Amino acid sequence: MSTSENTDRIPPALRTEALEQLLTERGLVDPNVMNKFIANYETNVGPLNGAKVVAKAWTDPEYKQRLLADGTAAIKELGFSGPQGEHIVVVENTETTHNVVVCTLCSCYPWPVLGLPPSWYKDPVYRARVVKQPRRVLAEMGLELADDVQITVRDSSSEVRWLVLPQRPADTEDLTEEQLVPLVTRDAMVGVAKVHAS
Amino acid sequence: MDGIADLGGTDGWGPAHPPPRDEPVFAEQWEGRSFALTLLSMGRVSGQNLDAFRHALERQDRPAYFDDGYYGRWLNASELMLVESAILAPGAVDARARNLRGEGVKEPAVPEPNKPDYAATGPGSLRTVDVEPAFEVGERVRARATPSDGPTRLPAYVRGHTGVVEVIQPAALLPDTHAVFQGENAQHVYSVRFDSHELWGAGPDTEPFTLTIELFESYLEKTA
Repeated sequence: MSTSENTDRIPPALRTEALEQLLTERGLVDPNVMNKFIANYETNVGPLNGAKVVAKAWTDPEYKQRLLADGTAAIKELGFSGPQGEHIVVVENTETTHNVVVCTLCSCYPWPVLGLPPSWYKDPVYRARVVKQPRRVLAEMGLELADDVQITVRDSSSEVRWLVLPQRPADTEDLTEEQLVPLVTRDAMVGVAKVHAS
Repeated sequence: MDGIADLGGTDGWGPAHPPPRDEPVFAEQWEGRSFALTLLSMGRVSGQNLDAFRHALERQDRPAYFDDGYYGRWLNASELMLVESAILAPGAVDARARNLRGEGVKEPAVPEPNKPDYAATGPGSLRTVDVEPAFEVGERVRARATPSDGPTRLPAYVRGHTGVVEVIQPAALLPDTHAVFQGENAQHVYSVRFDSHELWGAGPDTEPFTLTIELFESYLEKTA
């Protein structure tokens, strides 16, 4: 993992254990509280929340209108809010416009609807290149966009958080909101993939 | 200040790859511990000052920022903030880690805490400001070519370039001063739209696209 020549470097796993011990001994952190934090982000706060938002917007035109006008409030209607979700702006991908989200300075990400960011979002490759060669980066990630699709890159440099409302796939007219939810992927809600009917 | 974290538009990273499927939230157990420790220890330093945390991240050296991975750099930033607040002694984490693997080294004494003299004026980062926005939607604005000396959220790749105000976002506290516990100084925030050719050159190699980025009022100047 490390490319450093310094073999004396202590692995982060061991240093994490050391820090936890030091702070726990002095009563500054409670391991049980830590466990709850971790479990919450492993099980409750994840992209399923965003998928519910998207499926509702696909099936309820008035909700979609509210979502695009005031993302934070419309998302809160479904019970999703919290850290890294103070002000969420939702942008719609269509046949001809494609939004893709990045944070070049760190890895800011809309936690309440997507959970913690995936590895590729935090990778220097993505952070460095998607603001310069978005079409090529998306193709490398598996998303080929037609030449006439207008790309807009959203660099989340402040506390504004971006959520992409992906295009509803063709041949899903008969599906209910509940049936649409599992089709919606995290990657589509960041803008590096499309949603497929199956 | 140009930190190690300012990656936008930098070269030499190689190709991107298709996202892995079914990636766990935390690839290894320690990553979850680091995540939770960071959130909790931030509160021990001086409230949940995210800007100070980001500033601690961007002051890491290359191995500490890149080689330890995302939650490794979180751990390193947490440690830096705890040491600067004298909640931990310098070297305390390394000494304990060595003892965990049986080296039997002497650990430094617990210092007298010296936390930043700072308290947030409200929850989160959004604030109201009394003055009207200096720029309006549709106005052409230029990102300042030279940022302030301290931390900033004005990335190098937009500096000196001209764009158009797309949206006036809610006002928020200014990271530049907030990150160093020098006050919230809330400002208007603008989503500014740039054309790719303005950012990366008019040549045929530049992909045509637009980019928006949120910039604080003091990062911008009028073009005329």
